[in-house]
Amino acid sequence: MPELTLVEAVNLALARAMADDANVVVLGEDVGVNGGVFRATAGLQRRFGSERVVDTPLAELLISGLCVGMAAQGLKPVGEIQFMGFLYPCIDQLVNHASRLRHRTQGRLTCPMVLRTPYGAGIRAPEHHSESTEVMLAHIPGLRVVVPSSPERAYGLLLAAIRDPDPVVFLEPTRIYRAVKGEVEDDGEALPLDVAFVLREGRDVTLIAWGAMLKETLAAADALAEEGIAAEVIDLATLKPYDEETILASVAKTGRCVIVHEAARTAGFGAEIAALIAERGLLSLLAPIVRVTGYDTIVPLPRLEQHYLPSVDRITAAARKAVRFG
Amino acid sequence: MDDTPDPGQDFPVIARFEVRRRSYLGPDGVPLRALPSFASDQDLLLALYRGMVLTRTFDLKAVALQRTGRLGTYAVSLGQEAVSIGVASAMREEDVLLPSYRDNAALLWRGVKMEEILLYWGGDERGNRSSGPPHDFPFCVPVGSQAPHAAGVAYAFKLRKQPRVAVCFFGDGASSKGDVWEAMNFAGVWKLPLVFVANNNQWAISVPLKLQTASATLAQKAIAAGFAGEQVDGNDVIAVRAAAEEAIANARAGGGPRLIEAVTYRLGDHTTADDAARYRPPEEVQARWKEEPIARLRSYLVGRKAWGKSQEEQLAAECQARVEAAVERYLATGPRGPHTMFDHLYAELPAAYAGQRQELEQTSDA
Repeated sequence: MPELTLVEAVNLALARAMADDANVVVLGEDVGVNGGVFRATAGLQRRFGSERVVDTPLAELLISGLCVGMAAQGLKPVGEIQFMGFLYPCIDQLVNHASRLRHRTQGRLTCPMVLRTPYGAGIRAPEHHSESTEVMLAHIPGLRVVVPSSPERAYGLLLAAIRDPDPVVFLEPTRIYRAVKGEVEDDGEALPLDVAFVLREGRDVTLIAWGAMLKETLAAADALAEEGIAAEVIDLATLKPYDEETILASVAKTGRCVIVHEAARTAGFGAEIAALIAERGLLSLLAPIVRVTGYDTIVPLPRLEQHYLPSVDRITAAARKAVRFG
Repeated sequence: MDDTPDPGQDFPVIARFEVRRRSYLGPDGVPLRALPSFASDQDLLLALYRGMVLTRTFDLKAVALQRTGRLGTYAVSLGQEAVSIGVASAMREEDVLLPSYRDNAALLWRGVKMEEILLYWGGDERGNRSSGPPHDFPFCVPVGSQAPHAAGVAYAFKLRKQPRVAVCFFGDGASSKGDVWEAMNFAGVWKLPLVFVANNNQWAISVPLKLQTASATLAQKAIAAGFAGEQVDGNDVIAVRAAAEEAIANARAGGGPRLIEAVTYRLGDHTTADDAARYRPPEEVQARWKEEPIARLRSYLVGRKAWGKSQEEQLAAECQARVEAAVERYLATGPRGPHTMFDHLYAELPAAYAGQRQELEQTSDA
């Protein structure tokens, strides 16, 4: 099996989906001839033509709105927003149309679209290229929000997102686009959505993360193992709707939970998970939940961004605190 | 400060553009010039007339229902019936309509039932699962945001080589929005089978056109997107129909998009939640009543001896009866259980929300 980077796995899934289904259309800025600024769509236009791999004008609202119109006609559009920092004009389309077209027409029109975008800090990018605002999207009823954390899951989850009959926002962590490699078989097999993945089993503490933060979280689990602490690591993978049962089952086992995300803390998705555990898993807790997150500040420009992102040390310290409590 | 380039410099003119205004019937219903060929089809003209009268009867009834607490906020199309009817009558069943919230007439023409429109404005999503063409879009409430959908729909037609056309209505207020521009720009680049219809009714709630744009016309906005724009007298249903017929045929034949600016006037309030008397003088509205589309076509038909008092009375009674029957069906529509708000949220309700649905079901059973 070939070893691929995450961005290569995205490319492979797009090619597979386009080859399997003539309704799949890729559109966005620079996705065609240029193959995308991160090369996620490299080679697709040559293979599938400029009508199915569409270089759009520089207009993000348009890209998301086109997806809605195409999807209502039964196409399976996969729009690319070049960076999450430019996605905000699409919020109108996502909240007012994509997420509710099925509901407001009571099933008469549907919206099987995917909006992909690279997101997150840590690649020394210019301003507006590093935010992690997934929780804004995860708050929208009718939508799915999916975040892969490895090449294998990028392939399987993107295929699932494209085949899903409802709109999906697919957030691709730029920091691990090329920083992680993994074996990916181009077998056309999708992974399940709405399901969290237990990446590592352990009895002492549950570590929950998604996207790029799994890199540090898994490294923290290694470090903790050396200290004799067995951490269970959960990749949430789908943030909306998320897999409550896997989280609750793990916390019931470990009694301790650390939630890791690079987004700012206040009203971040970690707050949702903590609330779930407080509501439905409180009595299994042996220690307070700990959140290790980005700070409630603007994501700093590259000189300080490493200090903003949760580090392995911050995660291990939080896990120790949870394990030693009481 | 003069904002025109210095004429003393002998720079070459590299582009010239013009915008035409189409009209056939004067406000008094007297033809201004030779009518288009379809106007010799008397049955068609009578159908357009009946469609406008039915819409107005329906609209006035809807307002009455709202005033008596039996309907939610409603947007009347009073005075603008010719725009929707003229365009919708030029469409084929397989074409896709993308209406704004004021295009009741177009929906009715395309087979949406009156009770369905009432059901939607009466606060029930089932009204949008309507009897019109299943591929048509429902009313779009956020202004202008349907324009990119129209471009996506038209793109699908082009990709699949289907001889179909998307028709997108929006208002003068929406013409200020980026959504509309982004859609027109894309439609121009890809020569999409898409007809934009700008219903210029002069008012965006309380904001008059002169505060909306400094453009002499809305039609000229198409020029920047690389296709033709035309202004028509939006109170002359023959002019609207003729412009729409040409634009739709052109789009279907692969000629690309067009913009039709239909100049009309919003004789009613913005919605039943608005009171236009607060921001525009009654004299202005009274003057505009002299130009309204129904009386205009009626004068023409009467002048041609194609219509008379008895037919008018018969039509009024018939429209009243149809509207009353629709209202009865609307009011008789049974309620739904509260838990049905989870229906059609996703193709299949995710496991994570099954508990919430169940909670609502149990609460409402209690």
